[in-house]
Amino acid sequence: MGKTISEKILSEHSGRDLKADDFAIVKVDLCLLQDGTGPLAVRQLEQLGIKEVVNPQGIAVFLDHAAPSPRKELSNDHITLRNFARRTGCYLFDIGEGVCHQVMSEMFTSPGDVLVGADSHTCTGGALGAFATGMGSTDIAVAMGLGKTWFRVPRTIKVVVNGKFRPGVFAKDFMLFLIGTLGAEGATYKAIEFTGEAMESLPMPERLVISNMAVEAGAKAGIFASDKMTKAYLKLHGREDKYKELRSDKDAKYDKEIDIEVDKLVPMVSMPHTVDNTKPVEKAGKVKAHQVFIGSCTNGRIEDLRVVADIWKGKKRDTDTRVIVTPASKDVYLLAAKEGLIETFVEFGATVTTPGCGACVGVHGGILGDGENCIATSNRNFLGRMGNPKGYIYLVSPATAAASAIKGELADPREYF
Amino acid sequence: MILRGKVWKFGDNISTDLIAPGRYFHLRSDLNELAKHVLEDADAEFAKKAGKGDFVVGGRNFGLGSSREHAPTIIKIAGISCVIAKSFARIFFRNAINIGLPVIECDTDKLAAGDELEIDLEKGVIKDLTSKVQLKFAPLPKAMTQILSDGGLVEHIKKHGDFKIE
Ligand code: SF4
Repeated sequence: MGKTISEKILSEHSGRDLKADDFAIVKVDLCLLQDGTGPLAVRQLEQLGIKEVVNPQGIAVFLDHAAPSPRKELSNDHITLRNFARRTGCYLFDIGEGVCHQVMSEMFTSPGDVLVGADSHTCTGGALGAFATGMGSTDIAVAMGLGKTWFRVPRTIKVVVNGKFRPGVFAKDFMLFLIGTLGAEGATYKAIEFTGEAMESLPMPERLVISNMAVEAGAKAGIFASDKMTKAYLKLHGREDKYKELRSDKDAKYDKEIDIEVDKLVPMVSMPHTVDNTKPVEKAGKVKAHQVFIGSCTNGRIEDLRVVADIWKGKKRDTDTRVIVTPASKDVYLLAAKEGLIETFVEFGATVTTPGCGACVGVHGGILGDGENCIATSNRNFLGRMGNPKGYIYLVSPATAAASAIKGELADPREYF
Repeated sequence: MILRGKVWKFGDNISTDLIAPGRYFHLRSDLNELAKHVLEDADAEFAKKAGKGDFVVGGRNFGLGSSREHAPTIIKIAGISCVIAKSFARIFFRNAINIGLPVIECDTDKLAAGDELEIDLEKGVIKDLTSKVQLKFAPLPKAMTQILSDGGLVEHIKKHGDFKIE
């Protein structure tokens, strides 16, 4: 019987012929740690009594969640991670180098890899044809120390997407729609595989948005077959030698199949306080925008910033709306500066902050006040997410966020396209 | 193992942001301090009043969101002996096993706040001593029982020098 992409990758990394539901010990190619979960992973490795990591060249440590550090406790956590990286010889990405998932995609993740990260959005790597998933600190400590981990091979939901995105509608809108359809636990324990003409013609940056948010439907992984878009992205980042053809067999067994036409898709929003609480923006009613946040591992890429700058050019933000832009990585920041986007942002009245997670996780750089709304391009709107349980988060595409910053309220961006 | 304690009842979609709020991010390397705020945004009294051995009882998709292992860890530090929910988010479930916190999936509608429970983990039976209701639950997959019975993943690896799961 044929295999899904997950079954293929996990079989190859375990040396066994695996199918869905099997338990297996699997070799790990890449590990990711960040400053929220990394210090605990380092302590767990000490608990294990393991001094060396198996493959330092496959481990990347990121100081991105609290960057620069707003508190002495976090500065001390940063010291722990810097020392760990120095001692073990693994890669360190210090403050200002960007969000872990963006940098991993640019520099490390390749088709066929097994990537585990102490961060739930590690599933972002599925866009590149890797089996990439989030775990806790102890799992990552063990993966670093032994070079392997255990998995239950997931069943796969096949999502077939056809049609063409209309102007002003993006991968983010599609993914919010899908999560609304599946529900926040609609894909728990499962992998989602994205296919169909609308996915095949999607460039890598848009695929990364989709894989990134697979976990918001509970999925273990959100995977794309590798193809010419994968190749083009690897080439852009000087890694074309890492390309490998990888797709599911025609007779692979799927848990279920969902068909979606994107022709009719409109800009979507996730209303507080769950990601699956989605609606078309045009039906969301009046929502005042106290703050607009453009950034995160979901939507802080150069392509996102270009869309935003096109909408903002020559305009000013609503005077009651504060605007924060956080490029996802240093490379994105530099490119945005070179292309004049940063100038557009600042003239528009936005604040541009250090590449990293920015305001996404409520540690710094844009914590909401009581009763305030944030229109955000990030991926979670849980109660308390942006640092205040009395705040309200609305998740949208960069275009919708940009339109909302002009209007001072949640706004449909299609008039700008 | 028989567990005994009182029910602390929560609803659906209890996220790791509710269990270990981001505004206490700086306390992540001081877990005892962080545990004083466990589930604070869902029930402000919980951390102060939960007794040793008590149970956290949730609805659907318990522990969704961030991979922060601090979430199950501070539930354990708060003295909770087991989390019971209709369903769990994948990473939380795995983390709980890894740190040696038992998790049970079953219909929790019949368990009310304050009820006294007696749980037999091996037999898969929950007795509600207050309402006299008895519930059954399916045992964990073997790989997970093996890790849990060693006291978590760190202990498991220390004991066997490697993964020893089937
Ligand atoms: S940007 Fe937000 S979702 Fe992404 S890794 Fe950082 S905190 Fe997590």
